[in-house]
Amino acid sequence: MKSTFQMDSQNTIHRKRLLLKIIGLLFFFFIFVLSGFLIGEEQIEANLSEKNLSPSLVHLFGTDWLGRDMFMRTLKGLNLSFQVGLLASSISAVLALTLSLLASKSRLLDYIVTILIDLFLSIPHLVALILIAFVLGGGIKGIVVGIALTHWPTLTRVLRAEIMQIKSAEYVQLSKKLGKSRMWIVKHHFIPHLIPQLFVGFVLLFPHAILHESAITFLGFGLSPEQPAIGIILSESMKYLSTGMWWLVLFPGISLIAMVAIFDALGNNLRKFINRE
Amino acid sequence: MLEIKNISFKYERSDWLFKHLNFTIEQGEIVGMYGKSGSGKTTLAKIITNYVSPIEGDVIIDGEKGEFQGIYPVQLIWQHPEKVVNPKWKLIEVIEEVEGLDKEIINILGIKKEWFNRRPSELSGGELQRFCIARAFSPNTRYIVADEITSMFDAITQAQIWHAMMKLVKQRNIGLLAISHHIHLLEKISDRIIDFNNICNVR
Repeated sequence: MKSTFQMDSQNTIHRKRLLLKIIGLLFFFFIFVLSGFLIGEEQIEANLSEKNLSPSLVHLFGTDWLGRDMFMRTLKGLNLSFQVGLLASSISAVLALTLSLLASKSRLLDYIVTILIDLFLSIPHLVALILIAFVLGGGIKGIVVGIALTHWPTLTRVLRAEIMQIKSAEYVQLSKKLGKSRMWIVKHHFIPHLIPQLFVGFVLLFPHAILHESAITFLGFGLSPEQPAIGIILSESMKYLSTGMWWLVLFPGISLIAMVAIFDALGNNLRKFINRE
Repeated sequence: MLEIKNISFKYERSDWLFKHLNFTIEQGEIVGMYGKSGSGKTTLAKIITNYVSPIEGDVIIDGEKGEFQGIYPVQLIWQHPEKVVNPKWKLIEVIEEVEGLDKEIINILGIKKEWFNRRPSELSGGELQRFCIARAFSPNTRYIVADEITSMFDAITQAQIWHAMMKLVKQRNIGLLAISHHIHLLEKISDRIIDFNNICNVR
């Protein structure tokens, strides 16, 4: 008795720690991303009297060749990346759920979905992404559609495996004998079972989506130059790197990696938290 | 009348479990089926309740055979209740899965109101099995196959569950096939007993 009790209390301590971590990460994340909403146009306006300043207390990340504050521009850029990432990974997650449910319907559909998964996984993300974004003429639409269409396969594979497992469960077979329709079973048995996986998959998709968005914008196939996206900031700053203005690249780059790392940690902790339940 | 006609079954790459098996169950009758473990009793139960298709033969329900719309008239009560209840559901949802279930059944089986808001993992096997039994008594049910439904419980729980079962079956004029390896239990509850090993026509 005593040992199980100790194990139980250890378990709850572990869970509490995980929960604290998740809350802490969420807090960080919200500061990071939502502050972008508070920044207006005037704070990133050009101010030629303050151009090319290196980092100081007044301008934490320095200023660029037009005298714009890089800290504000970075936050604004991350905010934009966040919005694009949110939209793209939501579409991806919905696509994954739909396709995995479709795959469970018949053997033929399962075969088709599996082939589609293999097909999309065999092309490098970035190549497919560039093609799709280029065909759609770049811009936010091109990027969102591109990311959504390239990031669904891994999540679909996970969800498909989950459905295959639950489909053969005795309580689903029994549900059929109680005269329940396929839609009823999907709604009451499958979807509640898939939601934790879907949610974690969605959170883990996010950093991917943001990184790819920045990469493709950096390469010039993505967002247009007047938008303050991180990819744009990085590609513009590359031109000034040789003149010794290192802060233009370093700080936005680090911020991007920090945001992605926070999101990744958030996803992994959430997965641990949910799997223990 | 539930007719099991000429049924044969084998799994892939194995010997025949049973061949040309025949018997009938009347409505309101309790038939006990006795047989050793591993002899194919559960498979037969799944064939009768349409979970598995036989290789030969038919199950004829009151003169009809084939696909039924809605709730299947022959319901199976499984040996392990924890497998046939969605672990994420509350027990009230398990009960509500059957449309039009008579509230009286819940009382007869001794299901307490406070169990409704719990999850399956918070109930004992005996308590959970009562929910699974209640679920089998849908308004459409004409026959029930009970496959070793009390074999993992203590004597008191067994007695309580079978007492309630017999009352429900007689009250609702349902034909019951009770499968067990426990001959003394079957002698207590059944109107007649079939020895599975005598009718399966294989060595």
